[in-house]
Amino acid sequence: MRITLFVTCLADTLFPETGRATVRLLERLGHQVEFPAAQTCCGQMQVNTGYLHDALPLVRRYVEVFENCEAIVVPSGSCTGSVRHQHAMVARRYGDEALARRSEAVAARTYELSQLLVDVLGVEDVGAYYPHRVTYHPTCHSLRMLRVGDRPLRLLRNVTGIDLVELPDAETCCGFGGTFAVKNADTSTAMLADKMRSVLDTRAEVCTAGDSSCLMHIGGGLSRLRAGTRTVHLAEILASVPQTPEPQTPEPQTPEPQTPEPHAGDQAGAR
Amino acid sequence: MSERTFLGLPTAPRGVGHLRGAEPFPVAARRALADTQLRRNLGKATRTIRAKRAAVVGELPDWEELRDAGQAIKARTMAHLDRYLEQLEEQVTARGGVVHWARDANEANRIVVDLVRATGATEAVKVKSIVTDEIGLNDALAAAGITAHETDLAELIVQLGHDRPSHILVPAIHRNRAEIREIFLREMGDVDPGLTDSPAALAEAARTHLRRRFLSAKVGISGVNFAIAETGTLCVVESEGNGRMCLTLPDTLITVMGIEKILPSWEDLGVFMQLLPRSSTGERMNPYTTMWTGVTSGDGPQQFHLVLLDNGRTAALADQTGRQALHCIRCSACLNVCPVYERVGGHAYGSVYPGPIGAVLSPMLTGVEDNASLPYASSLCGACYDACPVKIDIPSLLVHLRARHVDEVAETHRVPSPEAVTMAAASWVMASPARYEAAQRAGRAGRLLGRGGRIRRLPPPLSAWTAARDAPAPPAQTFRAWWRDEHGDTQHGDTQHGDAQHGDTP
Repeated sequence: MRITLFVTCLADTLFPETGRATVRLLERLGHQVEFPAAQTCCGQMQVNTGYLHDALPLVRRYVEVFENCEAIVVPSGSCTGSVRHQHAMVARRYGDEALARRSEAVAARTYELSQLLVDVLGVEDVGAYYPHRVTYHPTCHSLRMLRVGDRPLRLLRNVTGIDLVELPDAETCCGFGGTFAVKNADTSTAMLADKMRSVLDTRAEVCTAGDSSCLMHIGGGLSRLRAGTRTVHLAEILASVPQTPEPQTPEPQTPEPQTPEPHAGDQAGAR
Repeated sequence: MSERTFLGLPTAPRGVGHLRGAEPFPVAARRALADTQLRRNLGKATRTIRAKRAAVVGELPDWEELRDAGQAIKARTMAHLDRYLEQLEEQVTARGGVVHWARDANEANRIVVDLVRATGATEAVKVKSIVTDEIGLNDALAAAGITAHETDLAELIVQLGHDRPSHILVPAIHRNRAEIREIFLREMGDVDPGLTDSPAALAEAARTHLRRRFLSAKVGISGVNFAIAETGTLCVVESEGNGRMCLTLPDTLITVMGIEKILPSWEDLGVFMQLLPRSSTGERMNPYTTMWTGVTSGDGPQQFHLVLLDNGRTAALADQTGRQALHCIRCSACLNVCPVYERVGGHAYGSVYPGPIGAVLSPMLTGVEDNASLPYASSLCGACYDACPVKIDIPSLLVHLRARHVDEVAETHRVPSPEAVTMAAASWVMASPARYEAAQRAGRAGRLLGRGGRIRRLPPPLSAWTAARDAPAPPAQTFRAWWRDEHGDTQHGDTQHGDAQHGDTP
């Protein structure tokens, strides 16, 4: 199948390994991946901060770049949620019904990674190998906007070598919330403290999720505490195989390692 | 905004009642977060109620259909609110009640004070009612020399503690047993000095304290949960039986009702009687449901007054998106599942309506400018929407109110805020892949700030992030640069769409 990647501005700019892993995984499963370079950002930050008018050109851009694609994959529950549940609303708010309809059509073919794998490609065992103790945080928008349910867990349970442990109070928000983390930094941090307590209680070495943004938040907190648990995007675990395992990310204070890894220009900086 | 129509009634007035906080949410929240006892009390209480609710909701195979029905009934009712309110007035009047219309808190307070004065009473017993707290009725009564006695256990704790309610259903949720015992010992003149903090002992102390007031009160004051337009019947749903006492023993009953509490018919009530107890207390059925229709000679109150309160509700109704907030049945399920509420408690919201629904309802009633920080007091996690028995899409309403706020600020300020400039700039950058990539290259300078891939300190406003979390340093290569290296520059997106002009259909 020809699958078009919307990598998201966050993964593109700060977490490129998530995008590379998504490409590796889908190619390994026998699919052809495309990356239209005209893509930029879904505009979720502007929408959720109240600047809907500033999001309008981004909604239009998303539609124009992706509307001829058969299936669009996004390694983010919240960006997929924005495309599916906000884009048409933004277009309608400014009276562009035609754009709203085009947006709805393209949104219907836009899938979060676990949705694409399980619902569209019909695969739950992607042949991954990941010999680590892992806990999974279901991010709010993948859970409650997209209703991905246990799809990510079904994919993880089929990973060879994984020691998957349940996260207590898993469905509670980590406190990221986009600009909420800055506007209400104290409340956000209090929520993060409780999430980190849950993560650390599992004694996992890796906390995974389907959203780089939430992982940036949880990982940023864990790193600050030198907690000894790192965050890894779901795509990277699913892309990991015995021949090319997911690159070990250093704890913050260690020098950048020289782990060779195909495709990767740099993997040390991402996390 | 074009979708908002001015229907001629103003928002809730300033200077009366409890819909506005003295300080912005982040400031109040910071103080609340430092109160470790509060964090512990709230965490324990909300966890308990959440589990109870989940259990009883899980029993109903048609819960989602019930929610749909609740939402549909409310939407229909709001669309014809004028008609149902007149029908209610007609029915209440025909059955011996007197209906009063109050434009706002000041009018409602004046009406109630005058009605109590006319009876000659200097005391009144009150059923737990948020709407009377919304308008600051107790203060208005006190100013007129009338003492209002709260009879709900939690409201009594709040009143005796000279405190403010912090939860819609459990106003004293921020207090634990030990604190309640101390309040009773300090404030209840007639309490046994050997009082323990066992729930039974505390409840018994409150019972003894209140019993005399019930038996001697000449005036009862209540809110309502539902009002049925077709018969003029009013309905109060409660757990303790204090409401039943207040609604049946006094000679005069004065009920204050927000105009959105109306239901067209008894059939509609059936839906809400299934939704409300399960969502609020986590019970299949609440212990006491009291319904009354006008006045019955020789039985119960012989004088009945119904005060219909607007106080910003019609203004809220004029916002076609925001009016959903008026569907709220005050069950408090959204508070109990909200990760923000659980950590900061109700006082930080500054309004009698805290939590997710409060962050929507309070600005709708007062106008966004008077509660401008509340729509941002949410991570938009969506737990509230899932829990709401009438399916109010609170996250979307929060975003809608943020947009209203941004638009209003833009209309009234000639110089855009730094945030507005940032958002517009981000949008301008993202509207062109070339500019976006240039910005990525500029951002790579951020690598210089990082050590081991981590940035420990960023300048404001991002310093709010790095106060408690590391930030990732930009990687050596962006994804798109890697893709170009691997796949060349001739990808489908680049050539086919390029820097697509708006309006073009590729």
